[in-house]
Amino acid sequence: MFDFFTEFPDMSRRDLRDFKLAVDGAFRDFSRTNGEAIEAFFDPLLWFLIWLEKLLVATPWPVILIVVGGLAYLGSRSWKLALGSVLSFMLIGYFGMWEDTMSTIALISVATLLCILIGMPLGIWMAKSDRVQSVITPILDVMQTIPIFVYLLPVLMLLGIGKVPGLIAVCVYAMPPMVRLTNLGIRLVDSDVLEAANAFGANDKQKLFGVQIPLALPNIFAGINQTIMMALAMVVIASMIGVRGLGIPVLQAIQNQYLALGFMNGLAIVGLAIIFDRVSQKYGKRLQEHRGGHDHG
Amino acid sequence: MADAKIRIKNLYKIFGNKPDQVMHLVRQGVSKQELLDEHKHVLGLSDINIDIPAKRIHVIMGLSGSGKSTLIRHINRLIEPTDGKVIVDGDDVMEMSSNDLMHFRRFKASMVFQKFALLPHRTVAQNAAYGLTIQGVGEGEAVERSQRWLERVGLGGFEKHFPAQLSGGMQQRVGLARALATDAEILLMDEAFSALDPLIRNDMQGILLDLQKELHKTIVFITHDLDEALRIGDQISILRDGAVIQDGDPQDIIMRPADDYISDFIKDINRGRVIKVSTLMTKAARVSGPKFETTALLEDVLTTLNKSKTDSGAVVDGKGKVVGKITMKDAIQAMARPQRSETGTRYK
Repeated sequence: MFDFFTEFPDMSRRDLRDFKLAVDGAFRDFSRTNGEAIEAFFDPLLWFLIWLEKLLVATPWPVILIVVGGLAYLGSRSWKLALGSVLSFMLIGYFGMWEDTMSTIALISVATLLCILIGMPLGIWMAKSDRVQSVITPILDVMQTIPIFVYLLPVLMLLGIGKVPGLIAVCVYAMPPMVRLTNLGIRLVDSDVLEAANAFGANDKQKLFGVQIPLALPNIFAGINQTIMMALAMVVIASMIGVRGLGIPVLQAIQNQYLALGFMNGLAIVGLAIIFDRVSQKYGKRLQEHRGGHDHG
Repeated sequence: MADAKIRIKNLYKIFGNKPDQVMHLVRQGVSKQELLDEHKHVLGLSDINIDIPAKRIHVIMGLSGSGKSTLIRHINRLIEPTDGKVIVDGDDVMEMSSNDLMHFRRFKASMVFQKFALLPHRTVAQNAAYGLTIQGVGEGEAVERSQRWLERVGLGGFEKHFPAQLSGGMQQRVGLARALATDAEILLMDEAFSALDPLIRNDMQGILLDLQKELHKTIVFITHDLDEALRIGDQISILRDGAVIQDGDPQDIIMRPADDYISDFIKDINRGRVIKVSTLMTKAARVSGPKFETTALLEDVLTTLNKSKTDSGAVVDGKGKVVGKITMKDAIQAMARPQRSETGTRYK
């Protein structure tokens, strides 16, 4: 009698085992029949990632330094930041992490691009309809909170170990802020300005590209910035499923207690994060300069 | 009125979850308060009938909450009505397909907003050209065509500035240039000058009146400011609680307020500067004394009559022909505000 209250009335062990076996079996069958097709679907992405990685590794290091300095300056219009970026890269290279860094940059770039390409339209769609928003928001919550290894499992079963599963893992984690902030930015667009566009007979496309996206740009940029940061945070996890880059040495360091190796590569990731963050933030701010009221008259 | 450009007919707007279901109650004459208390719907506009003449400035005046901004948004259907028609040049705007409506907004009616509503990321030149780019005119040509409107409103030289770099008055000039650049015949102005300080507002009213002398647009102008309404309006409709309570030219409203509400409204007006001789004159063919144009203001009549030490003067038309007589007694009486509304109600 008391058993009922002390022990939760759970399903029998056999039922539970059958249930697990059924799910596992169904998914195994699914991946057996569709695995190749899905793999083929992701092939272009894989080629692009490999091409970019090879390009970055093959490019002579002085050229990379010039490009890094140049991009940092173009983005931020700050000599200090450009110089700091170049120095960080030189330090990274001097400590023997050049190739891994190039691999990581390739991964981050492709992941960010993918997140923007998928996340921005999704955010725009969400902003247009409350119903869509109420469906997508909980999905984004799941994407951000579900333990990474849990969703890695089906991805690995489908695609095996490699770059594409790594890329998917990074994107699942890094895309939500892009979607959320695009949605937020478009919803926050000044309704007076949107009404004016309506009053002049703008169609949906003219409103989207002429008013909503430009006015939402500060938030969209914050989203891109967040996406880059979160993608960098995933580098070590991605290396566990076979993505090359700065994560692999960190993983080795953990397994073998190599303190110096861990810190060096860890700090290289931090360095990249700071450079990406500062440059993209400064660029986002610069886009908004006309909003200030300076130089009156 | 035969030449009505815009005809608003039996227009109703009810705000709430199911406006259609309470519409019949409103028709039966349920009061605004009852509708709100018992049916949780807000009566925004109630049986509005206004004829807006072509090529004139028609002012719709009312305090906040009177429904004036809701009303003007029905003319280009930024707000959907619950019932009624808005007929522009014979076509009911409410019946237009979304394509026709887009065309109507692009080419026929442009709008100026209280809070300017300029695009902050575009330059003054690009903002002025906005309506044209929406019409499909290429950016370069649009900027070129809107340039003369920028100059016309006194903003030549500011093309490359961004709106945030301009004062409120200058931003609204951009708003005006943007509306004029589309060459629409109808100009909807929603409290366009209300956000500006008094001196700038006065300037802008002057600019609008000057422009109107050469452009002859059909202008619907919303305001809560009676002085502004009297200064620029050829016709004035006064709105209260979503209903029109008086409709007439400024002289009508000053001389024959329809009810106590309007009497109250006009009591602080400087009557000497609003009332015209034509309103006060009695018909006569031969009169001695000083001569006044029909458009002469009461203030000047009093001064002149007083100086000339005569008791009456002649009113002449544009060609100098005597059409009437104005007496000192009438003039003085007109300066005093009417006591209560028995002076003849023109409105139901």
